Amino acid sequence: MTSASGAGYSYQICHFSPSDRFIQENIALTENITDTPAKENHADKIWDFFCSLKLTIIILLLLAVTSIIGTVIQQNAPAAEYIREYGEANYKLFQTLQFTDMYHSWWFVGLLALFSINLICCSIKHFPRVWKFVKEPTLVPSAGILKNSPNRLEVTSKESRQVLNTRLQNFLKKDFTAATETEQDGKTYLFAQKGIFSRFGAYTTHLSILIIMAGAIIGNVWGYKAVVNIVEGTSTDQVWLRSNSQPVKLGFTVRCDNFDVSYYGNSRRPKDYNSDLVVLENGQEILRKRIEVNDPLTYKGITFYQSSYGPAGSGFFKMKVTENASGKVMNLSARMGEQVKLPGGYAFAISDFTDSGRFGPAARVHVKTPEGRNGTPFMVLKDYPDFDVRRGGQFSFTLLSYEQPQFTGLQVAKDPGVEIVWLGCFLMVFGSMAAFFFSHRRIWVCLEDEGGKTKVTIAANAHRNQAGFSLAFDEMKQKLEAAIENKSPVKEG
Amino acid sequence: MDSGQLFNITTIAYFAGMVLFFAYLATKNRTVAFVANLVTFVGFLFNTAALGMRWYESYQILGEDGRAPLTNLYESVVFFAWTIVLIYLLIDLKYKQRAVGAFVMPFALFSMLGAQMWLNAGIDPLVPALQSNWLTYHVITCFLGYAAFAVACGVSIMYLIKIGKEEKQEGNEQMTGLLSVFPSCRILDDINYRAIMIGFPLLTLGIITGAAWANYAWGTYWSWDPKETWSLIVWFIYAAFLHARFTRGWVGRRAAWLSIIGFAATLFCYLGVNLVLSGLHSYGGS
Ligand code: HEM
Repeated sequence: MTSASGAGYSYQICHFSPSDRFIQENIALTENITDTPAKENHADKIWDFFCSLKLTIIILLLLAVTSIIGTVIQQNAPAAEYIREYGEANYKLFQTLQFTDMYHSWWFVGLLALFSINLICCSIKHFPRVWKFVKEPTLVPSAGILKNSPNRLEVTSKESRQVLNTRLQNFLKKDFTAATETEQDGKTYLFAQKGIFSRFGAYTTHLSILIIMAGAIIGNVWGYKAVVNIVEGTSTDQVWLRSNSQPVKLGFTVRCDNFDVSYYGNSRRPKDYNSDLVVLENGQEILRKRIEVNDPLTYKGITFYQSSYGPAGSGFFKMKVTENASGKVMNLSARMGEQVKLPGGYAFAISDFTDSGRFGPAARVHVKTPEGRNGTPFMVLKDYPDFDVRRGGQFSFTLLSYEQPQFTGLQVAKDPGVEIVWLGCFLMVFGSMAAFFFSHRRIWVCLEDEGGKTKVTIAANAHRNQAGFSLAFDEMKQKLEAAIENKSPVKEG
Repeated sequence: MDSGQLFNITTIAYFAGMVLFFAYLATKNRTVAFVANLVTFVGFLFNTAALGMRWYESYQILGEDGRAPLTNLYESVVFFAWTIVLIYLLIDLKYKQRAVGAFVMPFALFSMLGAQMWLNAGIDPLVPALQSNWLTYHVITCFLGYAAFAVACGVSIMYLIKIGKEEKQEGNEQMTGLLSVFPSCRILDDINYRAIMIGFPLLTLGIITGAAWANYAWGTYWSWDPKETWSLIVWFIYAAFLHARFTRGWVGRRAAWLSIIGFAATLFCYLGVNLVLSGLHSYGGS
């Protein structure tokens, strides 16, 4: 076996640009090539530059290398942070080179544009040739294919041309695919091919890249990313852009009826948070959905994602107050710090609350006498309703509940390009499967009379993965020889 | 038996498999190679059982919040070991080149050892952002891709070792010593290419499922965070590899080097981003 380094074995190339030396060396093997690198003017040179595969590889590697910058230098951080970390002078340099937002810098976007132009030019240049494979298959191989193909078999048989023709056709039909027969110049040619669709795999893949880019551009130009916080029970008709905090009108109203967090067991690890959102138009309820992380609400192309939450303002305490002298019971509600009147000129206020203490939710209560004197503060525990009775004051307090209104933090995205991006992704997966896991394989047979015997020449090629195909063809050779001799193939070993 | 014990047995089997593959290189005895493969296969079965057991245990510990064991760094590393051995066994089915095992098993063994020595094996409940089926698809596709790249890297190293010696030798002289059990350079080169051809579409799917998930959770399919960007870097490198190969005839040495560079970038994407760079991703710091 030969080594695989360099041009150890020939790779048949079905596309070329005149500047590609390696490819020129292989032209002998390549049929169907019509364009010749004759006289070149400037336009041709520019065209060739944009079509060059060398350019593709260079761009891919350049994109890989330059992308690293943005993963090392933090993107879109405040100026002070860069100055602290890298110094004033470096920050100036970063700004000039747009390193602080490099994925949107002129040079990175330029590289992506060059990438697309390269892709488009390549496709325009090569597609007609691929189309030709379908429209005009090479039924009769050139002498070059028969002589120089890396996968070939030459045998001379005593059998007649007719017999061999039938045997080989049967063999191909069984082991490969039905062949087309052509008579020309007193020779019989057979041609069989498989997997031609995989020639289009690369084009589908390339097209899909362009589609994804188009989708991304559409999303950037006609869409936006924004945030909004809605306090439970309230509504909003605008959201704030993430980039510059400018308000944007939604064109409808969103109300949050309720927000909930659930935790894992007794821990403070959030398990889920969800908001009951209602979409309203002209006061009419249109749509209602309980959203949670990973399950957003979409209306008119605008999607609301659950992303955060937090306390909104001070909460409500529901208190049961008993006037000890009369036994009169009152249900009162109080906000934090608010003075609430009690009978007889008394008043109370709540100055502190915790629900993480050892005894559960606890509020600190102050009672004010009619003379305006503040009593000593005391604790009221929700989980021990009778605890305060033992204090023995004018009033006994019981904490019934504490309700802290929450705001729900929503990410809001309008992205009219996202479906296009998914379409592109879908095509990319199928296109690259077709391109990678299948190849266009062709077999030619030439039968010619040679002094009472018949000379059989068989050549085969695959448009990709020649090395793998060579291995497969080596196996097939034995079967072909057996088919020619009309014997069953000799098993190895 | 709990999953921890099953993972221990897996590690031991992979270690034994690796040593046996080395013994095969030294002795050139095909029986040794067969036993090495068998031990590796048994290790793979234990690895599979351990993953299944951990899945089951997550339901015992977390009740209805149990989930597929693919959510933290520990779980991803032991899954990585599983995918590497899976890809090796698949390639072995086709090529029967056991010497490759000596260059692939170390990746699987180091993954298992690394997970068991340094990583937290606790089963914790998931934060809401990670509760998505997309996470499962994302992890499976990415890691199958990474494993294919690991195999490609292993055979590329073999290629570079062998080709250097081969070129010094005259004509058809038979190779002696260790290298004689290496597959031929042509086959090594072919395995390198095939492994990358398997890995690349899987990585593509991994990136796409990651984007889909991000879109569900946050409303942006791409935000250029370091993990995303590095996965794209890896994708660019292997895209360049494939194009260089089927359109410019880059085979042999240059292909082997590009494959090794690609896997180095893959490892950085997987571990380096968490250890060196900071990002949004959940695996960081755990
Ligand atoms: C990173 C993104 C890219 C991917 C995933 C990709 C994928 C592919 C695939 C799968 C093939 C296989 C062709 C075959 O069947 O032999 C291919 C070939 C090719 N690629 Fe790309 N490609 C990418 C970018 C590009 C770019 C930017 C160009 C621009 C010039 C390009 C030019 C070509 C050409 C000319 C071929 C040969 C087509 C043929 O067989 O006729 N590719 N590419």
